[in-house]
Amino acid sequence: MASNEYVVRTKGLVKEYTMGDQVLRALNGVDLDIFRGEYISIMGPSGSGKSTLFNAIGGLDKPSNGSVFINDVDMAQLDAQELAYLRCHTIGYIFQTFNLIPVMTALENVTLPTVFAGMSTDDGIERGMELLKIVGLGERFFHKPSELSGGQQQRVAIARALANNPSIVLADEPTGNLDLKTGTEIIHLLKKLNREQGVTVISATHDLKMVDVSDRIVWIRDGRIAKIEERAEIELHIGEMEGEQEELTHP
Amino acid sequence: MSTNINHKDRKIHRQISLPFSKAFQISLESIRIRFWRSLITASGIFLGIAFFVAVRTGMLFPATGSVSTVIAAQNRQLWLSIMALVVCTVGITNAMLMAVTERYKEIGTMKCLGALDSFIVKLFFIESCLLGLIASVAGSLIGWFFVTIIHLLGGEMSHMTTIFWLGSLKLIGFSTLLGTFLTFLATIFPAIRAAQMPPAAALRVEI
Repeated sequence: MASNEYVVRTKGLVKEYTMGDQVLRALNGVDLDIFRGEYISIMGPSGSGKSTLFNAIGGLDKPSNGSVFINDVDMAQLDAQELAYLRCHTIGYIFQTFNLIPVMTALENVTLPTVFAGMSTDDGIERGMELLKIVGLGERFFHKPSELSGGQQQRVAIARALANNPSIVLADEPTGNLDLKTGTEIIHLLKKLNREQGVTVISATHDLKMVDVSDRIVWIRDGRIAKIEERAEIELHIGEMEGEQEELTHP
Repeated sequence: MSTNINHKDRKIHRQISLPFSKAFQISLESIRIRFWRSLITASGIFLGIAFFVAVRTGMLFPATGSVSTVIAAQNRQLWLSIMALVVCTVGITNAMLMAVTERYKEIGTMKCLGALDSFIVKLFFIESCLLGLIASVAGSLIGWFFVTIIHLLGGEMSHMTTIFWLGSLKLIGFSTLLGTFLTFLATIFPAIRAAQMPPAAALRVEI
C-alpha cells in the first residue's frame, strides 16, 4: 500500500531551545524519509524529541537547522500564505489534548478547516456530516466538546484533520489522554483511514499498541534516530516488551 | 532545486481570502456562543466608559458658589476626569488582554487548520469592534442618564439648555468612539502577537 514516492523527507534536522543560558538540543540531525501511504510511528521516551520532530514536520515550528520536504517542497522556502495553504490542504493534525474549539459544536469544529479552505457553508456542512459518520459520531454532531467523552472528542479531532482531504495526518500522542480500550479504538480508526483513504499517518507516540498497526517504527533517543524497524521485525519480540499482546491481536 | 520550485508553483495557489460577511458571521457567533464570558468582558468596558461619562456629565452642570469654590471644584473635576480616563483605559485593557490571552490555544489551533495570520487578526478586529461598540454605547448612555437624573432631582432644571444637550451629545459620541478604540487597541496587539507566533508556541502557552 505504501508507494515508493516520498511524502515527507527531513535532512539533518536540528532544533535547539535556549533555556536561560543553556542551549538544549531537542533534535540533533534527523534524516527521515517517509513514503506515501505509510503508517509510521515515531517512538521514544518523554523528552526524546518526538514532539519537536512532529512540530518540525508539520510546519508548526521552524527548525534551527536542516530542512523538511513535504511532497518535494522545501518548507523553509514557503512564505506565510503558502505555509497556511499547506497546513490547510496537505496536513491534518491530531493532538494529545484534542484541541477542539470548546465553544463550537462537533460539526462546527469539523467544518472550520473547510471555511479556511474557502468552501461554501453548505458544502462544508455536507462534508462535515460525512466525516462525522465515518468516525462514528453522525448522531452527536450538535454536541459541544464538553458533552463528549475523551474518545469521542478525539474522533471529532480526527474528522476535523481529514476535512480538506489531506495527504498526511500528523498525530501527536493521539492516545495519550485515553484509556486502553478507547485508545485501541482510535488506533484502529486511524489504521482504517490509512488503509481505505490512503492517507499517510505519522504518529508520535509512546503507546506500544501503535506498533501492531504501523508499517515502520522510528525509534528516537536524545534527538537522534536510534533505529528504524519494519513491523515484520518487531512483531517477533513484542511479547517481551509489554504484556499487551492479547489486546493487540484480539482488540 | 529548480524542479522543486516549479512543483511548488504548481501545487500551491494563492490562499482564498476570507470574505468579510463570513468573518463577520464567525465573529458574531464567537461573541454569542461565549455569551457569559463576553458579558463579563463587556461589563469591564461598560463600567470604565460609564464612569468616565458620569464624571464628564457632572462637569456639564456649572458649579455654583464663590469664585474660589468654583475654581477648586473645576480643578477637582479635571483631576477626576483624568483619573476616570485612566481607570477606563486600564479596565478595558485588562478585560481584553485576558479575553485574548485565554484564546491563544484556539488561535494556535486555527493556524494548524490553515488559517492565515490575517484571518485571525480580522476575526479579532471585528469581534473587538462589535463588543467595544455595544459596551461603550450602553456605558455612555447609562452613565449620562444617571448623573443627569441626579442633577435634575437636585432641582437644576434650569441648566437643561441647548448647550447642555449639545455637550451631552458630543460627550456620548466621543466616549463611544473612545471605548471602541481602546477595546480595539487592547485586542489587536495581543491578537497580532498570537497570530504571528509559530503555532507550536501558541499551543504551548498555558494560562
